[in-house]
Amino acid sequence: MIITTSKPFEEVLKQLEGEDKVFIVGCGLCATTCETGGEPQVAEMKAKLEAEGKTVTGTIVFDEVCHELNTKRKFRENKEAVEAADGFVVMACGAGTQSVREATEKGVHSANNTVFLGNIQRHGQFVEKCSLCGDCVLEDFGAICPVTRCHKGILNGPCGGTDEGKCETDKEKDCGWTLIYNQLEKMGKLDRFRRVYGLKNWQANMKPGRVIFEKCEEGGE
Amino acid sequence: MTMLLEKHVKPSIKEVMESGTFLVSGEIGPPKGTDIDEMIHHIDLLKDKVHAMNITDNQSSVMRYPSLGTALIILEHGGEPNLQVTCRDRNRLAIEADLLFAYTRGVRSVLCLTGDSIPVGDHKEAKAVFDCESVQLLQMIRNLEEGKDSGGNELKGGVEFYKGAIVTPEAHPIEPQMIKFAKKIEAGAQWFQTQAVYDMDNFKRFMEQARKIDDKVKICAGLVLLTSMGAIKYMNANVPGVFVPDDLVKEMADAPKGEALNTGVRIMARQIRQCIDEKLCDGVHIMAIGKEDVVPRILDEAGVDINKL
Ligand code: SF4
Ligand code: SF4
Repeated sequence: MIITTSKPFEEVLKQLEGEDKVFIVGCGLCATTCETGGEPQVAEMKAKLEAEGKTVTGTIVFDEVCHELNTKRKFRENKEAVEAADGFVVMACGAGTQSVREATEKGVHSANNTVFLGNIQRHGQFVEKCSLCGDCVLEDFGAICPVTRCHKGILNGPCGGTDEGKCETDKEKDCGWTLIYNQLEKMGKLDRFRRVYGLKNWQANMKPGRVIFEKCEEGGE
Repeated sequence: MTMLLEKHVKPSIKEVMESGTFLVSGEIGPPKGTDIDEMIHHIDLLKDKVHAMNITDNQSSVMRYPSLGTALIILEHGGEPNLQVTCRDRNRLAIEADLLFAYTRGVRSVLCLTGDSIPVGDHKEAKAVFDCESVQLLQMIRNLEEGKDSGGNELKGGVEFYKGAIVTPEAHPIEPQMIKFAKKIEAGAQWFQTQAVYDMDNFKRFMEQARKIDDKVKICAGLVLLTSMGAIKYMNANVPGVFVPDDLVKEMADAPKGEALNTGVRIMARQIRQCIDEKLCDGVHIMAIGKEDVVPRILDEAGVDINKL
C-alpha cells in the first residue's frame, strides 16, 4: 500500500491560483484507505474549494489512478466535466498524480504527500518496512529489512546509537538491528549476522525504474 | 612516488602500538567556521603531550571545519593525526578519493565510523548517505591497500593506513555489539578506541570478553572528561552507550563550588593511572570536549609523560 498524507488545504489552494474551474480525482485504493482521497475526502475538498469561490466541474473516485490507461479511459467517460476544467486536483499518490499528467495538458496538482510503501498495522496505523531497494536481502536477515527498518540502512549490525532496543533518532522507534538480532537468535541463525556483509548494490533498480514483461514488448495493454 | 609530506616528526600510532608502548591520544574538535586560531592553539598544546590526535568528522552531524583539513594542519604543526572518517556525508567514491589524498599527504591512521544520524545534528533536512558503514569502510580501505577501489578497478598507487574502529563497552544489549566488534576485526580493524567508559569494573569485564574474541587487537579506553553535573545528567539521559556510575556522580556532586572541572580532571587522571597500572588496555583516548586546555594537567596528575612510557 502506498501511504499518503494530505497537504494543508492552503497549499492546495495556492497551487490553484488562476485556475477557477477544477476537477477532483480521488483513488479508490490506497488513498481511500489512507483517508486522503476516498469519497468522503473528495466531497470535503469539493465543499472547501467551492467555499473559496472555485467551480468544481466534476469529481471522480476510481481504483488505481496509477493505471495510466485506466485513468485516460475514465477521463474520456467524463469528457464534459474534464474539458470544462482549468485544472485537476489529484487526491492520490505521486504516481496517480502523474497518471493524470499523462491524461491532460491542463494544470495538475497534488493534494497529497506520498510518504512510503507501507504496511497497515491496523486501521489508521501505517509503518514502513520496505523501501524498494531492488535487490532484496530479507533472506539474510530473518525477513526483517535492515535497509528500511534501520534508520541508516546499514548491513553489518547496530550502530553505536542503539539503546535498549530503540533507535538514536527516536526513542519511540525500534532499532531495526535489535529486531534483526533477536529474530536471528530465535531462529538459531546468528551466523548470518556474524558474516561480514559487503557493499550493497544501490543501483539494482536504477531510477527511474522500469519493468517490462517480455511478451508485452511488442505493445498492447 | 612523490609523497608531498617528506618526513613525519612523530612516530605513527602503529609504531607506538607495535612497540608495546601505552598509547595516549587526544582529540581535536574542529570549529564551526574559519576562525581556527583556538583549534591551532589546542593542536600546539597537545602535539607533544599525546602520541596522536583524533579529528572528529562533522561530529554529532553538526557541520564543521573538515577533519581531513584539520589532519593536514596537525601534520604541518608536527603532530600525529588520527583521521576520523564517517559514512554519513560521503559515498564510496568521495571517501575513497579523500583517502587517496590523505595518504599522499602523510595521514597514516584512520578511524572508521558509521557516523551519527542526520536528525541529531544541525542540518536536519540534509540527505543522509550511508552508502557504506564502518565494517564496509574497513573493507574498502583494505581493498585500497591491495591496490583496488571498491569498483574493482586497479589503482595507480595504493594506500596504507593503520585501521582503527570504535566499540561501545556500555552498549545495551552488549551481544550484538561484540559480534560487530568481531566483524570489524575480520574486515581489517587493527586497533580500537572505545566509546566513553566510566565504570572501570564494567570496562574490565568488557576487556575480558574482547580478549576472548581477539587477544592481539589493540584496544584503547575512551575517556570523556566530566565537567559538570549538568553534563553528567545529559549524558546519562541522552547519550546511548555512555553511563556514568553512581560513585562518580556522587564524587562530582560533592565537589565544592567551582571545583567540578578539577574533580573531573582528578577522576580522569585516576582512570588513566588505573588503565596503565592494571594493564587494562593498550592505551587511552582522552576526549576533553572543548576543555583541551586541561589535558596537560590531567596527564601531569596521572604522572604520564609520553616520552617515558
Ligand atoms: S531488502 Fe528491504 S528495501 Fe530491499 S526489497 Fe527487500 S524489503 Fe524492500
Ligand atoms: S539505532 Fe538501530 S535502527 Fe537506529 S540507526 Fe542505529 S542501528 Fe539503525
